[in-house]
Amino acid sequence: MSLDIIVCVKRVPDTETRVRFSDGARMIDSEGVKYIVSPYDEFALEAAFRTTEAGGEGQVTVITLGGEESLETLRVALAAGADAAVLLRVRGSVTMDGLATAKTLAAELKTREEPLVLFGVKAGDDDQQQVGPMVATLLGRPCASSVTSFEVHEGTVRCEREVEGGTEVVELDLPAVVTLTKGAFELRYASLKGIMAAKRKPLEVKDADLPEARLTVERLDYPPERAEGRIVGEGVEAVPELVRLLRDEANVL
Amino acid sequence: MGDVLAIAEQKDGKIRSVANEVVTVAAAVAEGLGGSAHALVLGGDGVGEHAGELGTFGAEVVRVGEEAALESHVPEIHAAVIAEVVASHDYTAVLFAATAVGKDLAPRVAALVDAPLASDVTHLEVNGGRLVGIRPIYGGKLMARIGFETSPAVVSLRPNAFGADGSPASGRVEPFTPAIPDEVRTRVVDFRSAEAGAVDVSEATVIVSGGRGMRGAENWGLLEDLRNALGPGTALGASRAVVDAGWRPHSEQVGQTGKTVAPRLYFAVGISGAVQHLAGMRTSQTIVAINKDPDAPIFSVADYGIVGDVFEVLPRLTSEIAALRAEG
Repeated sequence: MSLDIIVCVKRVPDTETRVRFSDGARMIDSEGVKYIVSPYDEFALEAAFRTTEAGGEGQVTVITLGGEESLETLRVALAAGADAAVLLRVRGSVTMDGLATAKTLAAELKTREEPLVLFGVKAGDDDQQQVGPMVATLLGRPCASSVTSFEVHEGTVRCEREVEGGTEVVELDLPAVVTLTKGAFELRYASLKGIMAAKRKPLEVKDADLPEARLTVERLDYPPERAEGRIVGEGVEAVPELVRLLRDEANVL
Repeated sequence: MGDVLAIAEQKDGKIRSVANEVVTVAAAVAEGLGGSAHALVLGGDGVGEHAGELGTFGAEVVRVGEEAALESHVPEIHAAVIAEVVASHDYTAVLFAATAVGKDLAPRVAALVDAPLASDVTHLEVNGGRLVGIRPIYGGKLMARIGFETSPAVVSLRPNAFGADGSPASGRVEPFTPAIPDEVRTRVVDFRSAEAGAVDVSEATVIVSGGRGMRGAENWGLLEDLRNALGPGTALGASRAVVDAGWRPHSEQVGQTGKTVAPRLYFAVGISGAVQHLAGMRTSQTIVAINKDPDAPIFSVADYGIVGDVFEVLPRLTSEIAALRAEG
């Protein structure tokens, strides 16, 4: 069956980036950083495309919350195949307080009809893993998180979830919210045709209010440096010494 | 004011050991705030049988809700019941374990009680009467020190990052009748277990991870042999390249788009050490790297390295460790 889908995405630094910050800063230095669509959001996008393609119809609308710079993120999604995009433009920056973000998104989603809303399981910057289930809860909709694949049936969505010790299969009544983790949904490359077509697709900018953050970053630090390690030796002859060190020095065997 | 609620996770009707850690942290934080630690146990009939034992880890009160509808983890139901308990008392903080279940429930509870949530926190303390935490961000490339501007605060704690600390004591068990929501739109229809006895990479105390240097899925038996030699609590891990190639499932991926881990002992076998992988495992206690390239970045974080062919080194390592463990 076909249905319209919303995918919520976030603009984050490329995961291959070495993130840096200036002394005393509470945010990273964005200079020279390449920004991408958060990797898990890419899985959500691909899942949406495959679902609408299998159904033969249905629109995929991509939504993000942020400043003007997030328009680039939406254009990437449009080029890959999304049908329409909405930027919820906020003053200031999106914070680590996911509930503030969720409230703004939920206010927009409440005005819309799409029965399925997809998120990446977490954003590649804050790793908070919370906005999807929060939005679902605020909207009073069921939600499955950490989903690797799903199928839409009449009035329901059946999801496979990655949990400790195995795979759980859950069925949700629509309308519903699903957050995607890595599964079979590797995002397709945008074709030149897709990039050209993206320029004619609807891209709406709406001003939105973001509630004040109640969870604040007070300081950033680099993780503690590890003490200098050592090469025990070369090849198989080094194994007995390694095992001795693990037992007697590191005390871990 | 100052009281802290620890959500004690259960599995198959038994309180999980990770709950001891959450209660231990709750007790320490409550002491700093001048309050007391409570624990909450939810499940089917009989789940509260050993609930008083959470007193060992510092829970003064253990609230127990037994109801058939709570036996399985239907998140809508559990979140609603937890939110009701949170709202019934003036808690300064509500602590979850950042397990699959905890990470799924905590945001729902936070939204229901209108409280901010800090996920996967690795350090939590009271500083000048305020709750302050540290959490890894960017997959572990940076650490953020965070403060809460409101109460209650919801926090999920990274398993194994704190440890459990007990002394003989018993908590006062207070049973209550949970109000189960009438309309539930989530149904758990199936569960497929992973390999019997397999330990999840995020909860393992020892991890044996393989990278592209393993050359193919067919060679994983060598890593499984090492895992088996290392004994219970050991899990297999994988680099992103290996998961992207389809050799191993994503549930084993360590790194920024996989799991961030901190085991006692981490073996990186045939892993070169991309930035996003190092971020996900660099807080491991002891790191061993085996790689044929002496310039591989993995050696920069490893405590011990062997430069060599993994196909020669692995079998010998497995047999040496097996012999050591046989000696006892």
